[in-house]
Amino acid sequence: MKRREFIKMIASAPMLATASPVAWAATPAGADYRHLLVLIELKGGNDGLNTLVPYADPTYYALRPKLAIPRDQVVQLSGGVGLHPALAPLLPFWTRRELAVLQGVGYAQPNLSHFRSIEIWDTASKSEEYLQDGWLTRTFATAATPSGFAADGVIVGSPDLGPLAGGGTRAIALANTEQFLRQARLAVPEGQSHNKALQHILKVEADIVQAASQLNADYAFTTEFPQGQFGNAIKSACQVIANKAGVAVVRVTLTGFDTHSGQLATQARLLGELAAGIVALRGALDELSRWKDTLIVTYAEFGRRPKENLSNGTDHGTASVHFALGGRVAGGLYGEQPALDRLSSDGNPAYAIDFRSIYATVLDRWWGVPSPGPLGGRFPTLPLLRA
Amino acid sequence: MRVSIALVALLSLGALAQSASAAAPLSYDDARHLLNRTGFGATDAEIRGYVGMTREDAARKLLAATHGQAVTPAPGWTSARGPLRYPRGGEKASAEERRVFQQEQLRKGLELRGWWLEEMLTTSSPLTERMTLFWHNHFASGQQKVRFAELMYRQNVTLRANALGNFGVLLHAIARDPAMVIYLDNAQNRKGTPNENFAREVMELFTLGEGRYSEQDIKEAARAFTGWSLDRESGEFMFRRFIHDYGTKTVLGRSGNLDGDDVLDILLAKPETAQFITRKLWREFISPDPDEAEVERIAARFRNSGYDIKIALYAVFTSDAFYARQNRGVLVKSPIDLVVGTLHDFDMRPGLPVPFAVAAAGMGQNLFSPPNVKGWPGGEAWINASTLLARKQFLDRLFRADDPSARMETSAMLTPTTLPKAVAAPNGAQDDEQARQLRFMRAMDRGLASVQFDGEAWFARLSASDPSASGRSEHATRLLLAIAPQTAHEPTDVPLTVVRQLVLDPAYQLK
Repeated sequence: MKRREFIKMIASAPMLATASPVAWAATPAGADYRHLLVLIELKGGNDGLNTLVPYADPTYYALRPKLAIPRDQVVQLSGGVGLHPALAPLLPFWTRRELAVLQGVGYAQPNLSHFRSIEIWDTASKSEEYLQDGWLTRTFATAATPSGFAADGVIVGSPDLGPLAGGGTRAIALANTEQFLRQARLAVPEGQSHNKALQHILKVEADIVQAASQLNADYAFTTEFPQGQFGNAIKSACQVIANKAGVAVVRVTLTGFDTHSGQLATQARLLGELAAGIVALRGALDELSRWKDTLIVTYAEFGRRPKENLSNGTDHGTASVHFALGGRVAGGLYGEQPALDRLSSDGNPAYAIDFRSIYATVLDRWWGVPSPGPLGGRFPTLPLLRA
Repeated sequence: MRVSIALVALLSLGALAQSASAAAPLSYDDARHLLNRTGFGATDAEIRGYVGMTREDAARKLLAATHGQAVTPAPGWTSARGPLRYPRGGEKASAEERRVFQQEQLRKGLELRGWWLEEMLTTSSPLTERMTLFWHNHFASGQQKVRFAELMYRQNVTLRANALGNFGVLLHAIARDPAMVIYLDNAQNRKGTPNENFAREVMELFTLGEGRYSEQDIKEAARAFTGWSLDRESGEFMFRRFIHDYGTKTVLGRSGNLDGDDVLDILLAKPETAQFITRKLWREFISPDPDEAEVERIAARFRNSGYDIKIALYAVFTSDAFYARQNRGVLVKSPIDLVVGTLHDFDMRPGLPVPFAVAAAGMGQNLFSPPNVKGWPGGEAWINASTLLARKQFLDRLFRADDPSARMETSAMLTPTTLPKAVAAPNGAQDDEQARQLRFMRAMDRGLASVQFDGEAWFARLSASDPSASGRSEHATRLLLAIAPQTAHEPTDVPLTVVRQLVLDPAYQLK
């Protein structure tokens, strides 16, 4: 009741269920990949309930006698929900209305395996469907990026290409740009063959060489990047973004969210790293004058069980909260907080936003690529971008 | 019993292969091709051993050398019996219990990967291991879900024991395999609330192939498998009759009080099953594009033999397509091909095999953990910018003469955060966990650095007809590459440089 009242107050953030069918209609001609997408994976499955805390809901405190965030520590966003205190650095984004909070993101028939569920997210498949190519791979197969781009996408700090996996896409994975430039010397720049397998290898070699010729490792940012692995990944991502040739998407990963035990300290640290990373990213994007045409989106394989376990942790769950930030993001609350009094038999909430609606928003509204092809179906877009 | 039937069948194989026997005896390139496709790499001396044989004799020799048991001693814990130590399920387990359990399974899983890699490298029958790996990919199960390394080991033993035996026997054994029962949720398949996972995959992925059955067939077959479960105390298969559905079912037109074995026999009776398996063998051994007429011919023999896997392989290894020019170098090496094959090609024996199994995992093939029930997609999907650079760095590292400090980069992509799935602990949240993983990665680095390549000695052993430096280079090219090199190589008489140029050539990724 309170949730619904609040959502009504946010005029610019209509709920997904009522999203206008006009959403599909306005597709500009031709893909616009000058709009950058930055994906942040919260690997392990971030606990959504302690990320966006329903501090006014007594059921929340009943489910989490040890893990609940006390009301007075919550960074309140509305009369019903607020951010984990470690996310306080994101409050200015909220105030400037550049932070969209996507509540209850998930999918039907949720799978609780890390491996399978992230595969579902990465390939934008149905729960029971096995697809080989990532959703971005299919997107770039539908609408190619400009051939002069350094790459379609760059994966920072993980060898796992995730949404860029599968054939055809020009995806580069690197730990940092300096090291990549060194390794890339092992690749050979050119070649043609009638042998299909060889042709594929030669193409990937050439992709590596092209990316290496465009990327640099020495853009002098004045922004200070946080210490630690995630801070380094953000720094590398910014080096990638600083290349002059262009890249459509960059994915960074923050890992360690699988908090089956001792969740409070671990999640506080990780969310602190996330917030600091985003603040630095914004600073660097400002230096590059790219904030206005950057969309940052978080994702994860799943959220966590509302009821805490006996190890001061939480087990694998389903729907969770995610963030979208950027200079053209229409800030506010989207979707719906999980109804804690209506959990499934295994104790998990239903989803409010299908994750593929976020992808559809990226494709239809950010890049202008019609989404039904790459996503294998129509999903309503979210009105979270300003013109 | 099964073995003797296979041998009798094998003895009569000569009569079946009339047309191919006219083919010329194997040349060096033919023998190289045969051994690289049926094993993991091949040394110059091994190839020599097959030159001049007929295709038929060569195939018979390879098949006769296969065996049902690994030679490498398995880790001690695999022979322990008794209850599987299970952390009290879900929310009842304490943090400490979970941690101990996960650490133990992680350690055992790594030992298992190392053990299998060692067996691949040292076996007298690489074909046995290739087929064991083939069935591991076909009947994919993964430790991420099964969790118990013990059960993954037992499944591996079952796969090897039947790898070149009878497909029907293997299928029936796998349906009762405890790791598979867990992996495809048959333990949750009970009368009244059937779980269709196993029934679906047994038709789609194990026998008929997609689209050759109806959703109704799956529903009915699932009922036949109700109660096919496992005993959590012993970790053995258990039929739970109280949750088995004894009602009448109809699967692919056959009705009755069918049980799981009946359903498997119905599937085996379908010609589509033999064709589906033969097509997969074709893509494993010959090319990515099966020739349907040939598939039908081989599948018919396979089925008529009562699913003798050796009969199918004999037909594959003696086919014209197997040796055809246009099918040379058209398969992408899997990470295991690349890692084990390279060690084998160059007579390298690592002191510790685990780092090499982890290296393969970093290239996208983590033994005992295929990505999902469909197995590794394989082919071109093995190669992307990330895995290709991982491959090249691995090779660069093995064949590097300069300072050892530069060697420390091979596993740089394998930072603690990016450890391959399921090599990393499932619960990576704690700081000490990260420190532990870092120590682990350093150990991997030391392991990879432990193999030494003596280029001069290796070159001296090559049986080059022209013993000059350029003659030896030419011979090394023939030995190491399935097709012509793709980059212009600088003429040199430094063995290490010759080898580096060859293994870093794009053609080295093919077999």
